[in-house]
Amino acid sequence: MASVRLEDVGKVYPNGHVAARSLELDIHDGEFMVLVGPSGCGKSTALRMIAGLESPTSGRILIGERDVTALGPQDRDIAMVFQTYALYPHMTVRDNLAFGLRMRGVGREVIDHRVVEAARALSLEPVLSRKPAQLSGGQRQRVALGRAIVREPKVFLFDEPLSNLDAKLRVETRAELARLHRRLAATVVYVTHDQEEAMTLGSRVAVMLDGVIQQVAPPMELYRLPANQFVAGFVGSPAMNFLPRKEVPPTLSPHAAILGVRPHDIEIVTAGSGDESAWVELVESRGSEKLVYLCLRGNNQGPAIRVVAPPETPVEPERMVGLRFAQEKLHWFDEQGQRVG
Amino acid sequence: MKLSNRWPILVLVLLVAASAFPFYWALVGSLTPEARLFENPSLFPTHPILDHYRALFTERAFWLPIRNSLIVAGATTALCVTLGAFCAYALARLQFPGKTALLGFILAVGMFPQISVVSPLYLLLRSLHLINTYPGLVLPYLTFAMPLTVWLMVGFFRQLPAELEEAAMVDGASRLRAFREVIVPLALPGIATTAILTFVYSWNEFLFALSFTLGPERQTVPVAIALFRGQYQVPWGQILAAAVIATAPVTLLVLAFQRRIVQGLTAGAVKG
Amino acid sequence: MKGSGLPAADRLQGFERQEARIAWRLVLPAVLTILLVALFPLLWTVWESLHLHDLRMPWLGKPFIGLDNYIEALQDPRFWSALGHTLFFAATSVSLELLLGLVLALALNRTFRGRGVVRAAVLIPWAIPTVVSALLWRFMFEGQHGIINRGLLQMGPVDQPIIWFIDPHAAWVPIILADVWKTTPFVALLLLAGLQNIEASLYEAARIDGASAWRQFRHVTFPLLRPAILVALIFRTLDAFRVFDLVYALTGGGPGTSTEPIALYTFNTLLQNLQFGYGSALSVIVFLLTFSLALVYIRVLGAELTGSKR
Repeated sequence: MASVRLEDVGKVYPNGHVAARSLELDIHDGEFMVLVGPSGCGKSTALRMIAGLESPTSGRILIGERDVTALGPQDRDIAMVFQTYALYPHMTVRDNLAFGLRMRGVGREVIDHRVVEAARALSLEPVLSRKPAQLSGGQRQRVALGRAIVREPKVFLFDEPLSNLDAKLRVETRAELARLHRRLAATVVYVTHDQEEAMTLGSRVAVMLDGVIQQVAPPMELYRLPANQFVAGFVGSPAMNFLPRKEVPPTLSPHAAILGVRPHDIEIVTAGSGDESAWVELVESRGSEKLVYLCLRGNNQGPAIRVVAPPETPVEPERMVGLRFAQEKLHWFDEQGQRVG
Repeated sequence: MKLSNRWPILVLVLLVAASAFPFYWALVGSLTPEARLFENPSLFPTHPILDHYRALFTERAFWLPIRNSLIVAGATTALCVTLGAFCAYALARLQFPGKTALLGFILAVGMFPQISVVSPLYLLLRSLHLINTYPGLVLPYLTFAMPLTVWLMVGFFRQLPAELEEAAMVDGASRLRAFREVIVPLALPGIATTAILTFVYSWNEFLFALSFTLGPERQTVPVAIALFRGQYQVPWGQILAAAVIATAPVTLLVLAFQRRIVQGLTAGAVKG
Repeated sequence: MKGSGLPAADRLQGFERQEARIAWRLVLPAVLTILLVALFPLLWTVWESLHLHDLRMPWLGKPFIGLDNYIEALQDPRFWSALGHTLFFAATSVSLELLLGLVLALALNRTFRGRGVVRAAVLIPWAIPTVVSALLWRFMFEGQHGIINRGLLQMGPVDQPIIWFIDPHAAWVPIILADVWKTTPFVALLLLAGLQNIEASLYEAARIDGASAWRQFRHVTFPLLRPAILVALIFRTLDAFRVFDLVYALTGGGPGTSTEPIALYTFNTLLQNLQFGYGSALSVIVFLLTFSLALVYIRVLGAELTGSKR
């Protein structure tokens, strides 16, 4: 196991597109680091640079204190699970698992031993002599996983491995991955666009946008103390509400201009009371909660706002209600979107 | 209503008949005595004879051109596919400066009119003492078959997902090892198609074979057949018999591999 | 952004530079062969075309005469006839091939049992040597009693056998027929692939909208088939311009020189009349014609592709 460090890493493509800007990232040994962000934010590029599939145009990459920037992926002792699994279609599961070890010249007995062990751990024993085309989606995923585990690499890299699975399988496999990480005590760099995956799996999460890391922190810190408006709006579902405010409490910096408050931190009260009034447009009952779409101050008279309310809350569309904000859960941002309070 | 549904079948029957008729007629002719060839042609040979076929091999040593064609087409195909595969892989997958220019250049050569290089090639080959030799044909064939080969194989390589090689490299394989262990086995159908098409092209080539060979020792099948005509009385019986023989291997190839051939022709062209 | 001053700047490109080195090593043998056997001779031909070089009159040496050969070509009636023949041949055969190919492709577009065999059957004419196909057709049109004449006599349109190869106009018929016979399958295949790329749902939507078969063709099939048609057009026109094998074996350019295309004229000048200088000029002209045609087409096709791709 090893640490991974990105020092001032940048990537500019020949056509001028900037995929990564001055990335600084320090991933500790044994940590589960998630890179998350919308598509095009540069997270996959960053992962591929760690893997060695792309070269940075500036900066250094270190794995286990060794500068690997000029090395190809073969020499970095890493393993990667691709979004499409990239299993070798013409080889059996057993040969797929053994491929990496064979490339390194590991002896036959060792290969057989490790392959069987990994197969057992991932319940792949019955399909060892099948080819990938004959496997289910979930099985293929596990073979991709097994291929990585068998190599016992310094770092595991995952490129959106769950996006090709259906929702139920995704949740199950997520739990599997978490368990696997604990058992192997491995260093993992994991890329996803799904913030829920990031929050549940990561010991730390790096949120990226347009090639820049916005914030690196444990999931709860991202949720409670987002560094800017983008992170605040990205983490947590349904997304945070943003309300432009002209008057701000005097205790805050004079630059504060936008109030952020999460749908879970707003309470619906009777019309006329609370901090604000709002017009109810739509109510979605989700069983465990109600998702209420409102319009501040009146029908079409203010910004849209969403509230998550307990299921027994009496609320009907086309009515005015009152909203009470949980004062200790308010976020303030300046006009550039940076956090000020 | 019925006609509009049936017209494809009619068309096909007509076109297949039109395609097949010249062959059929040649076959009939090759089995008909010379004197009767133009007398009273009937659709079915009344008294088929094998004299023409016999004469081909006893009087004209027709097995010579067949041997030459096999050697030249075989060697061209083997070399072309090998060199072309490496070239195509580099063009399909690797990044290097001048890549687009190179691809454009190779394709441009495929559009050369061969007539434009015949005379200097003749002089070049003559100075290398390669006129009327096997290498003297294989070398020009290589050059003009290569664009086709590269073009086709670039298409086939590109169809394979890039992640396969990436996975192989992450697993510890060098680029070339990944090519050998992962790409080639998977691209084998495409490579086979390319080989077939290259073979057909080499087998059928005429201009260079005509210009760079001197006699039956090295002439290929198309040249040998075309030069039958240089006689006082055109020996149609033998010509037709030779045509039937010349067509046989290619026909077999096409029938056996028609799906691959179609795939190769269209994948290269339409995908652009 | 490159070399932003960090010590690792020059090492950064190391891995990708390695890849480029491997790439060039892979590509070099093919490139060298092509350079030697294609490019160099072409340049030599251009050089040669600027000289007087008649191998029948070696005492004249090889003086440099600039563009005189080209001027001679422009004043050479046989050159212009050859060019005319080539253009006529290209226009006629390509149009026929496109039309027939389209019909064939549409017919083949349905799945039916034995489709593979049918496809193979129509592919065989494409696969045989051109000279062989030329001889097959020569046989059918030969003399008074070739099968074509017999058929025409019996079915009525004429009451005297046509001696095809004696008549400068009639001689074109077997040439064009033979070419159409041989290459329509190729065109049909290209168009078929294009047809199969058109999603069935488009036709269904058109049918729901009440479009007849003809209108479906005009508004759905034809526009979406344009790239494939253009590709077929390019390949076929370039090939038609370079036609040699077919005419050599079918008519030898005759009667006289009335069916002689430009490639055959060049060949005769070079390797029969041994006029290397003049023949090289003709070669260069052929090359320029083919090349500019290819460029025009590529430009049009490129625009078409990028336009239709959104």
